[in-house]
Amino acid sequence: MTNRTVLVLLDPATEVRTSVLELLTIARGLGRVEAVALEAPTVEVLAQLGAYGVETVHQAEPARGGASVTGDERHLPAVVAAGLAAAVRLTDADVVLLPTSFAAKEAAALAAHDLGAGLVIDAAALRDQDGRIVAGKRVFAGSWDTECLVTSDVAVVTVRANSAVAQPAGTAVEPVTEGFAVEVAPSPVTLLSRAVKTDTSGRPPLDQAAVVVAGGRGTDGDFGPVEDLADALGAAVGASRDAAFEGWWDTYVGQTGVTVAPRVYIGAGISGAPHHRGGMQASQVIIAVNSDPEAPIFEICDFAVVGQLADVLPQAAAEIRKRKA
Amino acid sequence: MRIVVTAKYVPDINTERGFRDRRVVRDAGEGTLNELDENAVEAALRLVEAERESGRLGPDDGEVVVVTMAGPDGDVALRKAFQLGVDRGIRVSDDTLAGSDYFGTAAVLAAAVRKLGEEAPVDLVVTGMAALDGLGSVVPTLLGAELGLPTLNLAKKVELAPAEDSDPSTGSGRVLTITREIDDVTERLSGPLPAVLSVTDTANQPRFPGFKLIMAARSKEIEVWSPADLGLDPAVAGTAGARTETLSAAPRPERAEPEIVTDKGEGGVALADFLIRNDLV
Ligand SMILES: Cc1cc2nc3c(=O)[nH]c(=O)nc-3n(C[C@H](O)[C@H](O)[C@H](O)COP(=O)(O)OP(=O)(O)OC[C@H]3O[C@@H](n4cnc5c(N)ncnc54)[C@H](O)[C@@H]3O)c2cc1C
Ligand SMILES: Nc1ncnc2c1ncn2[C@@H]1O[C@H](COP(=O)(O)O)[C@@H](O)[C@H]1O
Repeated sequence: MTNRTVLVLLDPATEVRTSVLELLTIARGLGRVEAVALEAPTVEVLAQLGAYGVETVHQAEPARGGASVTGDERHLPAVVAAGLAAAVRLTDADVVLLPTSFAAKEAAALAAHDLGAGLVIDAAALRDQDGRIVAGKRVFAGSWDTECLVTSDVAVVTVRANSAVAQPAGTAVEPVTEGFAVEVAPSPVTLLSRAVKTDTSGRPPLDQAAVVVAGGRGTDGDFGPVEDLADALGAAVGASRDAAFEGWWDTYVGQTGVTVAPRVYIGAGISGAPHHRGGMQASQVIIAVNSDPEAPIFEICDFAVVGQLADVLPQAAAEIRKRKA
Repeated sequence: MRIVVTAKYVPDINTERGFRDRRVVRDAGEGTLNELDENAVEAALRLVEAERESGRLGPDDGEVVVVTMAGPDGDVALRKAFQLGVDRGIRVSDDTLAGSDYFGTAAVLAAAVRKLGEEAPVDLVVTGMAALDGLGSVVPTLLGAELGLPTLNLAKKVELAPAEDSDPSTGSGRVLTITREIDDVTERLSGPLPAVLSVTDTANQPRFPGFKLIMAARSKEIEVWSPADLGLDPAVAGTAGARTETLSAAPRPERAEPEIVTDKGEGGVALADFLIRNDLV
């Protein structure tokens, strides 16, 4: 291993999401791991970071023209990017890792622009090649594997969820938090409001879940069976765009929705349109439940049941609960 | 009100997509205007139409210009944009641009916007939310950074309001406000024109081309600009400027034949059994 420094974005710093644990695991394989936060991490967060081998948390103190940037503004991509770029300059880091969310992609692009760094979006694997970073990507709806070499000194990479199995470090460390000042350029953009959706379902977030059950038009509006199977599996629930547009569920899987690559994806009453496939075809195991034996989703699945989802899903859920008990 | 839309020529997602010599195959006949850029075209047309309806623009004022960076096949994308009703189409082309990364692409598009700005002020640049080949969703952000303009990304709702002192002939004095739902956050952001705006596929429903526009699109002139026309430093674009290099591209092995069970009352049990048998529970 080289003496590379890898910075991992921790935003928010009030919890450590599974995707961040995966990033930390990947980062340890590339070098020394440090985190960058835009607010003070909690004691629990620090303990978790320590278990994953993070030695230092760089806590940005962003200010704009002498006034501290506070509250919701701290999560704006421009502010996050300023923090990341300043942290790279401060630590002389070689790699910055972020999860692949829309907000993180925006921050990654701005930070890389500022740093003159190479940018890779949605990497599924990272490795060292003669001191440089090589990122593996799965493209065209998971049908091609590509590898790309970052030729600049600094690499900024967003990594898709489920790219690695989160694994604590062999020995835990006690991270120290170090504040650092960041000057944020004046911005003509005003944040009028920001609301974070609170999820009370107790299910894992769709973009990070290891198992996803998604319902489509074939549910005819009743997501009960989809939710039932998801809960039996501890899975997240998603939808097709059509089902979401009908108002049956609020988040959809696909090229323009949430891109998922879980261990298991189960699509029920979903035909498997190219737009939908683009957001889930990289899943490890694909299962379909569809009443039409000619449904296109059967072309890309590993296992399928031809049948009515209202019969199949509850029976599967009951069987899983029974066998797990 | 003058709006530039950036639009990409991409392989059709309904065809078999792939690589040749580590480059995306973009053969004629299989490429189209990036579907998500139709939403950008639609947003631009509607903004100009709304300004005309409000009387802030004369019935013949306002212009929508589409710019693409592509090889000659990219004209397919521009013709489609003409069918939707854009006024002008520009293709920035040169062999040296092949292999551009996100930064190179943004630098070239920014240079084209600047050149258009020398003719007459550009009030707004509208982009799609992502190019459906690479799904990067970063060019709009980089374009904003290159141009030094306020950037409002991933709008699902777009509102344009004139400020008190606005000059009706240009966009100056107007304020753009967007609503966006990204990840698990809903935000409202605003910024003054000129600005860069990216719109999602939920921002609008792109129109169908009218017969007259389809006919007219065939003979409409496409302007071809070279990097030299843009005064562009060749070192920033193409493989020369790229900070990433594709090392390899290989098709994934085909999935094994699926196991398909027809439900005769035991389909759910079979599904549960598959999951348990494969250690997936
Ligand atoms: C620019 C653009 C972007 C898009 N982005 C996305 C995206 O990101 N994600 C996305 O999902 N879509 C997206 N779409 C829409 C996409 O093209 C499809 O229209 C959509 O995915 C279809 O949803 P569906 O599979 O639920 O519905 P349908 O295609 O109508 O399929 C319903 C399926 O349910 C089956 N079915 C019916 N009844 C039952 C039953 N009782 N039990 C079991 N099966 C049953 C049917 O056989 C059928 O296969 C996009 C479209 C456009 C134009
Ligand atoms: N080569 C290109 N020519 C014109 N516009 C582009 C090009 N590449 C990207 N864009 C624009 O940037 C948006 C996002 O692209 P991307 O960041 O590559 O996903 C697209 O929807 C287009 O509006």
